[in-house]
This record gives sequence, structure tokens and C-alpha cells, in this order.
Amino acid sequence: MAIFQRARRIFSRARFCFGTAGVFFLCGVILLSGCLRREAPADLTIINGGEPESLDPAIVTGQVEIRAVRGLFEGLTRLDPKNARSIPGLAESWEISPDGRVYTFHLRPNLTWSTGEPITAGDVVYSWVRALNPATASGYAGLLFYLKNARDFNAGKIKDTSLVGVQALDQFTVRVDLDQPTAFFPDVCAMPVAGVVPRQTIEKQGDRWLMAKPLPVSGPYELVYWRLNDKIRLRKNPRYWDAVNTQSKIIDLLPVGSPNTALNLYECGQADIVWDKELVPGQLLDVLIRRPDFHAFSYLGDYFIRFNVTRKPFDDPRVRRAFALAIDKERIVKKISRAGEQPASHIVPDGTAHYTSPEGLGHDPERARKLLAEAGYPGGRGFPRFEYVFSAPASGGDKLHENIAIELQQMWHDELGIQMDLRQLEAKIFYTVQAHLDFDLSRSSWTGDYDDANTFLDLFTSDDGNNRTGWKNAQYDELIGRANREPDLKAREKFFQQAETILVRDELPIIPLYFYVGINYYDTNKIQGIYPNILDCHPLQAIHKIKTGE
Amino acid sequence: MYFLRRILFAVPLLLVISALAFALVHLAPGGPFDRERAPASPEIERALKAKYHLGEPVWKQYCRYLGDLAHGDFGVSLKYRNHTVNDIIAQGLPVSMLLGALAFGFAMGVGLPVGFFTAARRGRWPDYAGSFLATLAVCVPGFVVAPLLILFFSIKWKLLPVGLWETPWHMILPPVALGLFFAGKVARLFREGMLSAMQSEFVTAARAKGLGENRLLLRHAFRIAVLPVVSYSGPMLADLLTGSFVIENIFQIPGIGVFLVNSSLNRDYTVVVSLSLLYAMLLIGMNLVVDFAYTRLDPRVKYE
Repeated sequence: MAIFQRARRIFSRARFCFGTAGVFFLCGVILLSGCLRREAPADLTIINGGEPESLDPAIVTGQVEIRAVRGLFEGLTRLDPKNARSIPGLAESWEISPDGRVYTFHLRPNLTWSTGEPITAGDVVYSWVRALNPATASGYAGLLFYLKNARDFNAGKIKDTSLVGVQALDQFTVRVDLDQPTAFFPDVCAMPVAGVVPRQTIEKQGDRWLMAKPLPVSGPYELVYWRLNDKIRLRKNPRYWDAVNTQSKIIDLLPVGSPNTALNLYECGQADIVWDKELVPGQLLDVLIRRPDFHAFSYLGDYFIRFNVTRKPFDDPRVRRAFALAIDKERIVKKISRAGEQPASHIVPDGTAHYTSPEGLGHDPERARKLLAEAGYPGGRGFPRFEYVFSAPASGGDKLHENIAIELQQMWHDELGIQMDLRQLEAKIFYTVQAHLDFDLSRSSWTGDYDDANTFLDLFTSDDGNNRTGWKNAQYDELIGRANREPDLKAREKFFQQAETILVRDELPIIPLYFYVGINYYDTNKIQGIYPNILDCHPLQAIHKIKTGE
Repeated sequence: MYFLRRILFAVPLLLVISALAFALVHLAPGGPFDRERAPASPEIERALKAKYHLGEPVWKQYCRYLGDLAHGDFGVSLKYRNHTVNDIIAQGLPVSMLLGALAFGFAMGVGLPVGFFTAARRGRWPDYAGSFLATLAVCVPGFVVAPLLILFFSIKWKLLPVGLWETPWHMILPPVALGLFFAGKVARLFREGMLSAMQSEFVTAARAKGLGENRLLLRHAFRIAVLPVVSYSGPMLADLLTGSFVIENIFQIPGIGVFLVNSSLNRDYTVVVSLSLLYAMLLIGMNLVVDFAYTRLDPRVKYE
């Protein structure tokens, strides 16, 4: 009996000692269940990509941010969900002067902020001037440089805001003076940087104005909360002018950085839509791309290679042409990128509005060898060793850049007999190296801000900060300048085509590799109101889940 | 007195750590505003740098940072420009701490019993099996364990959610994935501790007095055997509480571990320095707690 009792005592003590931690663990979990806030489930949950850097329309530059900001703040125009072309937003109509340089916008009557105060022409002027103000430090202020004196105001050369080409004629009328006739200006008005923001809140709260409660918004959704790396919750703004057509009441935007996690959440029904092409796990691409809920579509962006033309032997256009002709781009899109991309011989993607690109150089190894021989390197003999730099993938990201680099290394070795070294750099170092022309060849990409050829072709003008090749061509600059001044769309296209011919057929400071595709995944039997378009932009107010029985 | 001195000594130590972190992250090439897309004009770039005082000499920036810190302000994130570092810590740290505490509970709750029984059944099959499992837990990294757990518990058997951090059900897999390594480590440490304690003279003396084996192990050997685990648990707790990049990333948990790693990749200077400081503070604090626990557990230990 005594033995039994002792055994029991010991047993209970052992259990006490070792079980304590386990019991604590369980208690913690149970206690927490009581503490946690229960919130209404969202009508729609969207995985949006990484954590937005900001939701301030004047500051955002990335796709992730822009997709969220468009839901909160609207501009004079907004985007058509179907084709991403600009349609009337806060402005109900506008007139353009015959020379294309003066736009007169008429605001809708009875526009109000989500807090009830009226939205006026003065708010539009305030918002644009704020974005241009150097103190705001807006990275995208350049999009508003089409306004008269905007560039000088942004540079601090002009202090008087009344000289900037945007004025309120009365409460409902905004007059915009442009430097040049800018055919795509209504598209610029739909960009977040031209979004209308609440003056009083910003002046009172400074950089923390987005945390204001309540936050006055001009767009279809109000910001319920924004928790870093957790979620952004949006609720329908009942005072939005087009609120009757806002489809979903509550939308959650989840920031997810890892493609596998995004796919897991989607597959288990915790998210309805995943709309970032970075969020498709590369290893599963071949399988996923064949599924009906994976939607790939052409997208306004391309993958290309930059030469540093200030370094020998890449100062010789024959060498650059030879490099381009030796690449089998078809093989790269079939074997590496694999999402249905189209090989590119020119820089402006197919499908861009009012523009058809000239054909660039194709795949012709024979001619490539001949050009290289002409340049003094027959069979690659005597060609100096050089380096190709590319950026490291984000955590959990794909080794796309590395795989393309290896493929290029192989192709140039086999076809031209030259040796190339590869160097992978951490993203921030990579961009510094690129900006300071501290490379021979560099992986590059560009996505268009709006649907127009000049968002690609302006890049390679001599003074553009994004040129990053060292290439300067007076004739090219001249043609781009003339195109930008030209009000007639047909004549403008001609100038652009001549310029692009120099870029992709004669000079080649860059080699276009392929045009991007956008990838969204969602089940069309469950989700409506999202359409593939060239900007990969999907206005939130149009999207909704199909209710059962509908 | 001893502990008071330790706390006072921590202040210059933290200063050195912050200065080092500040200098190192500024030394790294590239800055917070270098990206694929250059600003439209050099003026915009200048305005950006002026706004965040990045044009000033580094020592001046450091002094400015310390001045703000003295007011309890860690500064503004350069990457997430609408948020302060205080926001990031206030939102992320509680989540990471909860995750870490649960993982700690799991590591102790599993590690100690396994260590105890493998030591008590030394050289028999429970010892081999337990030791094998503990070694396995130490060897298999979190980025393998977590997807495997998700694959079976969430996708195949549909028992638990694949990610996010909302209900108690969401809080089971991540602590297990995070704590498994530490559970293995604790089990091994505790087994070793038990074995050496069982050979010590006071245990032999107690055994000679006729004390029962289980009582002997629990009452006498335990207190000495657990010491290595206690000293290990200080840094372990600091590690667990500041979050795990891998686990938070895989399970989509809004903790601070993701920031700890990404901020240095983003050259988010203020966040890097502040989170390093936070980590250092926790580490120092936990070690202090460990040393204090020593005096309670082992009567032979005294600090002057």
C-alpha cells in the first residue's frame, strides 16, 4: 500500500514538473482565444503582394501600393476595370484646347469626402501642388512634370504655387496648363500621384495623416485599419459618388511575400484572389499555368539587358548588335520564364495604345559572328572578359535572373566564343551599381506607368535618370522631343517609331528579351469583376464574390 | 547590488551596440531610396535625402537618433514612410512574443520529459529512440519542418489553418515548428545534465541513504541537471521572443522577425538599429534573469 502511495506521489510530482510547461502552453492558447478580437469576415480577401511602403498617393510608386491606393483616393479620372483606359472619375467631363495644351476639367456636383465635407477644385489644386512640393519628396512627382512650371517648382526654382499649371477657376472647374500637348494626360490624371487628398487632415497630422481617425477619402473605400505585415481592411465609402456600383462591402488586402504561402492560403480558401506575378511559385509554374483559375495575360513591361556603352568593347554598336543576334529568346521564354511570355525584339510592348513598334533584331548567330569579326573579334578571339550583374531574388523568390544569366552565358559562349562572368548582387547594391554605371552588362526590367509608348521610350533619352546605359544619341533625343510636342497621334507614332528603330535596330544600348505577362489567380466561377488588362490594374470597387444562389 | 551593477553596465554596452549597428548599416553600399526606378529628377532625390537627414555626416545622424531615443522615439521607418519604428515594434513585438512564448512552452514541455526519460532509461530502447528523435529535431531546420507540418496537418488532413494569426487554431503549428529545434536541444542538454548529476557524490550519498530512484532523480538530481537548460534558455528566450523570419514568413504571421531581416536588406537604417537594440536589450535582460535563477536553483552559486 505504501509503495502504491509513494508511486502515486512521485508520479503526480513528475507529472507536475514536466507537465507544467505543457499546461502553460495550452492555457495560453485558451486564454488568448478569449482575448482576441472577433471581427466580421471580409466579403473579399485579396493577396496583394508585399507590404505596401506607403498608402500616400503622392509617395507610392510600386504596383502593390498603387493597387491599394486606387481604392482610397480617386483622381479626376479613374481606370476602366476592363481595359485599364482612363474614364471620368471625380471629373465628369473635360475640354481640351485645339493646341492640346489646356485641359478644363469639370468636377461632378455634390462630390464629398467620406467624412461629409465637399470635394472642391481647390482640393485638386492642393493635391497636385503637394505632390510637386519638394518637401513632400514624392518619387513620382515626375508624372506631373507635364504641367507648366512643375519641374521648376519641384526643383525649388519657383516658390509661387500660382505659377504651376493647375488652377481652380471656380468650385467645380480645374484648369490645367501643359507644356506640351500630352495625348495621354487623362491617363496621368488616373495615377495615384494625381489623386485627390484631404488638405485639412494632412496639414494637421503631417506624415502620419493616414493614421487619422476618421480619414477622409475621395475613393470608393475607407481605410478601417492598416496593420503592418498583417492586413489592410477596407470598407465601402457610402459617400463615394459612384457608391451604388461598389460591389463588395469589406475587402481585406493581405501582404504576403512568399509565393508558397500565397498559394497555400489560396488553396485552402483563406484568400479569394492572388494578383501579383511574383506570387506564383516558380517550381510549380508548369502545372499551375494550365489550370483554369490561373490567368496569364500580356502586361505592359519587359525584361531586357543594359549595356554600359561607356566601357570598351561595348562602345561599339557592332558588338552590341552581335550580342543581341546571338540570343535565342524563344528558348529563354520556353525554358526559363515559362509563363507564356513573348520574345521581344523591341522595347515598347505589343498592345500599347496608339502605337506599333518597328521590328528589332531577331535570332541570327551567323550574322552575329560576322559582326563580331568586323568589330575585331573573329570567333571571339581577343574579346576581354566581362561581367554580367543581376539582382538576388527576394526571400522565397525565384532564381529567374540567375537562370537567365546562365543561359545567356552559355549562348554567347557557344555562338560567339566569348567568356562572361556572372555576379549576383543584393538588390540595393545592384541598383546602386546600375545607377552609377559600375557594370558591363546588367539585367534590367521596366514596367509602364500608363498605356503609352513614351513611358518606355523617354527612358533612353540622354538625361533621363533611368537611362543607366551611358548611351547618348542626339538624333534619338530630338525624335522623342518632337513626338512629345506633336498633337497628332499618327505623326507622333512616326517619330516614336523612328526613335525606336535607332534604339533596337541600329544602336542597341539595350537588348530586349521578352515582354512580361501578368498572372492573377482566382476562380471565375466564384469571383466577378476582375479583368485581365495590360496594366494589371483591377479597380477594387468592381470586384465581388458571386453569392450562392445568384 | 551585483544585479544593480549589471544593469548599470548594460547602458554603455547598449550604446556601443547601437553605434556599431548604425555604423555598419551605413557602411553597406546602397541606400534606402535606391531602387529600380530612379526619381524623375536629381532634385527629387535631394529632397528625399534632405527630408530624412541622409545628407548629413553619419555621426550627426547618430546623435540625432540618440536624441530622439532619449525621448522614447525610435524614429521613422525609411521604407514604410507612414509608420514609425515605434509602430512597427508595437504591432509586431507582441505577436512575436506570443509566438516565442508558446514555442518556449512547447520546447520545455516536450524537451524536459524526453530528456528525463532518456536519462532515466539510459542505454535501453527508450533512450535510443528519444535521443534519436531529439537529434533529428535539432538537425532538421525550420524551413523544412514548417512546410511538412503544413502539408500534413493543413493540406492533407485539413485539421489546422495553413497560415495567418487569428484564432487559437492558427497558433498551434507555428510554435511547434519554431520550438521543435529548441525542444531537441533542451532534451539533449537535460539528458546530459541528468547523467552527470546522477554520477555526482551527493546523489551517491542520497542513494546510499536508501532513497528511492525516482524520488532521487526528481528531488535531488533535477535541480542540478536543469542548470545547463536554464543557462541555455536565456539566449533561447531572447531569440524566440524577437521572432523568427522563417516561421513568420512561411505562416504569414505579422511579427517582428520579418522586419529584423528585411530592414537590413532595405537599408531601413532606423529600423535596423532599433531592432538590434531591442534584441540586445532582451538578450541582456534574459541573461540577467538566468543568473538570478541560478542563485535560486543551486545553493552553491552566489554573486558578490
